[in-house]
Amino acid sequence: MKLLKLVPDNTNIGFVKLRHWAFALTALLTVLAVGATAYRGLNLGVDFVGGLMIEAKFDQPPKLDQVRSTIDRLGVGDGSLQQFGDPRTVQIRLPLPEQGGAGAANAVVEKARNAMSAQFPGVTFSRYDTVSGKVSGELIRNGVLAVMLAVIGIAVFSWFRYEWQFGVSTFVAIMHDVLMALGFFAVTQLEFDLNIVAAVLTIVGYSINDKMVIDDRIRENMRKYRKMDMKSLIDLSVNETLPRTVMTSVTIMLALGALLLFGGHVLRGFTAAMMLGIIVGTYSSVYVSSSLLITLGLTPQMGERKGGKSGLAAQAERVGPRDDGARP
Amino acid sequence: MLNFSRWAVAGILLPLLIGILCAVPSFLPDNVVQKLPQSLQTRVNLGLDLSGGSHLLLEASTQDVARQRLTNMEEQVRTELRRGGERIAIGDISSRDGKLSFMVRNPAQVDAAVERIRPLTQGAGLTGQRDFNVEVVNSSTIVITPTDAGIDNAVKGAMEVATEVIRKRIDEMGTREPTIQQQGSNRIVVQVPGLQDPKALKDLLGQTAKLEFKLVDTTANPSEAVQGRAPVGSEVLPYPDNPSGVPVIAVKRQVMVSGEELTDATQGFDQNNQAIVNIRFNGSGGRKFGQVTSQNVNRPFAIILDGKVLSAPNINEPILGGSAQISGNFTVESANQLAIALRSGKLPVALTVVEERTVGPQLGADSIRAGLLASLIAVVAVAAFMFVSYGRFGIYANLAVTINVLVILGVMGMLGATLTLPGIAGFVLTIGTAVDANVLIYERIREERRRGRGVVQAIEFGYKEASRTIFEANVTHAIAGGIMLALGSGPVKGFAIVLLIGIATSVFTAVTFTRLLAARWLRAKRPTEIHI
Repeated sequence: MKLLKLVPDNTNIGFVKLRHWAFALTALLTVLAVGATAYRGLNLGVDFVGGLMIEAKFDQPPKLDQVRSTIDRLGVGDGSLQQFGDPRTVQIRLPLPEQGGAGAANAVVEKARNAMSAQFPGVTFSRYDTVSGKVSGELIRNGVLAVMLAVIGIAVFSWFRYEWQFGVSTFVAIMHDVLMALGFFAVTQLEFDLNIVAAVLTIVGYSINDKMVIDDRIRENMRKYRKMDMKSLIDLSVNETLPRTVMTSVTIMLALGALLLFGGHVLRGFTAAMMLGIIVGTYSSVYVSSSLLITLGLTPQMGERKGGKSGLAAQAERVGPRDDGARP
Repeated sequence: MLNFSRWAVAGILLPLLIGILCAVPSFLPDNVVQKLPQSLQTRVNLGLDLSGGSHLLLEASTQDVARQRLTNMEEQVRTELRRGGERIAIGDISSRDGKLSFMVRNPAQVDAAVERIRPLTQGAGLTGQRDFNVEVVNSSTIVITPTDAGIDNAVKGAMEVATEVIRKRIDEMGTREPTIQQQGSNRIVVQVPGLQDPKALKDLLGQTAKLEFKLVDTTANPSEAVQGRAPVGSEVLPYPDNPSGVPVIAVKRQVMVSGEELTDATQGFDQNNQAIVNIRFNGSGGRKFGQVTSQNVNRPFAIILDGKVLSAPNINEPILGGSAQISGNFTVESANQLAIALRSGKLPVALTVVEERTVGPQLGADSIRAGLLASLIAVVAVAAFMFVSYGRFGIYANLAVTINVLVILGVMGMLGATLTLPGIAGFVLTIGTAVDANVLIYERIREERRRGRGVVQAIEFGYKEASRTIFEANVTHAIAGGIMLALGSGPVKGFAIVLLIGIATSVFTAVTFTRLLAARWLRAKRPTEIHI
């Protein structure tokens, strides 16, 4: 049987040569993402801004105008509506009553339920959330803190494990991934809720994983080919790990694709964020973070100093790189 | 690497087998699982988003606790200084800015007053601090300031009692398997699966249920009461259902009997078929109630719940039997609720709902179905892809992933962890990333083969070299997961649990287990060429 190979043997793409283009593109995209986030803002869910969210399921696709006027007539504040998943499901968001605490929020839900049942027989509230302003403030703080800690924690880990250049390049690439994810939510105006924070953290974890594999190979090659110049060495390492990078991205995209198509509407935003993260993360691993090492001044000799990890690679006989053209 | 000793093989297979067996109860129907011994009921709990139900986050106001303590202190100081041989006259008593201060009228008695107040304070914390500081300022004013340790202690105590009271109340409602947990210093999480309408629950938890009986001050002028003025020794309380139409009433400050002296409360009906709550006092409560009612025949008394007067019936005759009825504008439902609240005791502090999430059972069931379908399709798609890419080794990886999914379920069952909808997403992602370890290994083997190594050596190298990378990559993943678990709430946590367990088990299944399979095949067939 002929086995599938997505990346042909002896692929040798000059990623390093492209680095100035890649850096420029990355910078541009990052600026656009930050701009979009600043200009359009995120469509924050009730988790983060507080308020009341009701998901109503109708027997037949309702006219949104009708639903809106029903909600407006309640006089409980400015509501916003959104079709969610299938056309029969509508998400209604309302501000939390300023006074009266839990009882008042309850009353609003009851009021909405009665009014909607009268207008649209057979409607059910399949879920509703109420989050007070205080709790939402904490959730937002914890969310931001979690993402920052994860990025910094992982960057510090790769700094201790390798040279500082690896820590910095990983940090830069991960920040880029996170900002791109934020930009994506700003542009699409998909709801940004607690689930999305989990998605962003996963993107961070996954993207790091990708960079770790390439960094590890760079380290290994630095010990193996002490005389090779850094550009060829990084190209060699990225190309050697390319089949794995592509394979893994494809398998994860397959799994996420199943989740996107069949996983139900509640997880859709989450899955979309993750898919984008995988694409962006893979791009930044291949084009940005490894090439950045050169800009940061990493040299092969540096591999000597932290040579604590002996193991097989250090004792291995020097088998030449598979493409001699890569040597200077 | 080809030689796995018998012990090593057993050491690899046994934990996997245990993990898989622990996953089995999660797939069995309820009635079968209940017949199993407790230790074998290793079932994954379904989160509220999958089972449907309500999640409430209740918060107690710490200021409320502090204020109450200060009021109690004031009460104690008054009683203490009025008591005994040497009465100490005080004045200008005030509790402002969270401090209690008063003036001792006779400056010669200041030291004696401090002497007598000190024993009212108690030790707080481990540092030998007291719960209140007592100081003398301006030589005649005594200031009593609560210490932070004292407040912390009081909040802690109040929360413990509150958690217990809430548990009793929810149990009385007859809901199944509620989770009631204290969170942080002043919050309580209540999760009730399967509950469709949390309104009744919230109403019940929103009641402090502080019940008091006080005599009505009939000397008070109603028009002054409306303005909040009452004679000395009395206070004005709201009375929404007052038949006279005035929404307030003046009552004596002194409490006849309080709800703490109840032994039972049930819902019933009075002679007019109006819903009421029947209560029964304990011995001392019954005696007090009997005494006061005998002395005040033909005068009204007020039944006060959470600072509001429910009704103010007339005492027609002494009530000596130790039982009484609470009348008010009740429906059967609200009377029943009050009975439950009174039976379970009063909350030491008022709680407000700061977060609520309710999921209908239909949406939960839909989510489970969608999640299962997505997982299944993900497994099939990934498995097919692995097979066409790596042939025999792809099958090993697929076997490892399948076992991994079962083992994660098993571990979650053992830990009693909860599976949520984001948790299912975590599963799907784990399926994707678990094969990453295998991809790393197999790609490395391909590489080593291209470099001209022999079959056995290439496989050996592939596993050894890739293992290091896999370890590092998983550590970073675990850092992200750990942070999610520590800082995340609700959905983020559910996702992190699956992710972390998945990281631990996938390293074992994807590396160790597939290596065992590869080694057995190599030993049996001794191939000179491999398709990978």
